[in-house]
Amino acid sequence: MASPIEQFQVKPIIPVINFTNSSLFMIGAAAVIVGGLLYATRKKALVPGRAQSVAEILHDFVANTLTDTTGREGMKFFPFVFSLFMFVLTANLLGMIPGFFTVTSQIVVTFALALLVIGTVIIYGFVAHGVHFLHLFTPSGVPGWLLPFITVIEIISFLSRPISLSLRLFANMLAGHIALKVFGGFVVSLGTAGIGIALLSPLPLLMAVGLTALEFLVAALQAYVFTVLTCIYLNDALHPGH
Amino acid sequence: MADPTKRSDENERKPNGTDDADLSARLKSLDARISQASVQRAEAEPRERPKSDPHAIGQAFRLSAEFVSGVIAGGVVGWLVDRLFGVSPWGLIICLILGFCAGMLNLLRAAGMVKSARYDDKK
Repeated sequence: MASPIEQFQVKPIIPVINFTNSSLFMIGAAAVIVGGLLYATRKKALVPGRAQSVAEILHDFVANTLTDTTGREGMKFFPFVFSLFMFVLTANLLGMIPGFFTVTSQIVVTFALALLVIGTVIIYGFVAHGVHFLHLFTPSGVPGWLLPFITVIEIISFLSRPISLSLRLFANMLAGHIALKVFGGFVVSLGTAGIGIALLSPLPLLMAVGLTALEFLVAALQAYVFTVLTCIYLNDALHPGH
Repeated sequence: MADPTKRSDENERKPNGTDDADLSARLKSLDARISQASVQRAEAEPRERPKSDPHAIGQAFRLSAEFVSGVIAGGVVGWLVDRLFGVSPWGLIICLILGFCAGMLNLLRAAGMVKSARYDDKK
């Protein structure tokens, strides 16, 4: 039986330029997004067809999530948030195809995405609000002697944001894929263990089917959670110190 | 969908001056009502959530990493303080404790238990 974590190995495809299977699937995800959306919107029909409805639903979903959290002025970040949502969603769903590599199960990838979000928040916050952005760390209505502690805790809490953002996505995708593989392995090892025991082997198969459905839910949900948290953090950059 | 029909309506009624003014007045009042309704909906939406929508499950997944990340961030900060100022092991000890506090704060804030007076009141 193959090891359950073998599927996460990054293997070089073109060693000279460090092109790995991870790079391949990232480019693949980007190609699927761009190709799919171009295909869906090629007609620009007033009454949308099937493909165009899907594209419009995705657009409206992200736009609603963004405006619910940040208000109207958050729409200037729409291209950024929509790209993030589509990339995470597509990478998660591509990973559900058997034999495919899951890009988002690598913490390097998710941490890079989270750093992109936090970098945007910090840079936009300072550009738009200047020093006023630092009021994010000093809550009002705190007694003076407590203020240094609260400020340090708030700073650590802010620094923990990219970690929680990346850790959540990475851990969920990793754990789900390992669990699927382990239950798949049970089917094989029970089936070859002997005549009496082989009768039990459909049980983990049923479990694997259920887990697959759960994994599809998690894949979509993690993309959604990533997007919602990005919106909440962008809201801090847009309106600090309320 | 609504946009082109409105435009064709305008083109049809261009010749008639009083009708045009009437139409623009009606459009304006309709605009006002739509914007009022959308503001009301935006205000009402976070409160009345149906039981099965993704918000609730999304919330559950959100909480899973908040506390751990606070502790990790505290540990990293403490390690950096130790490296930069050479006060090992005090930076790590103090920052880990503060990291626990920050993780707790993250958790309570994500669960909506701590209504801080600042940026979270938008939610």
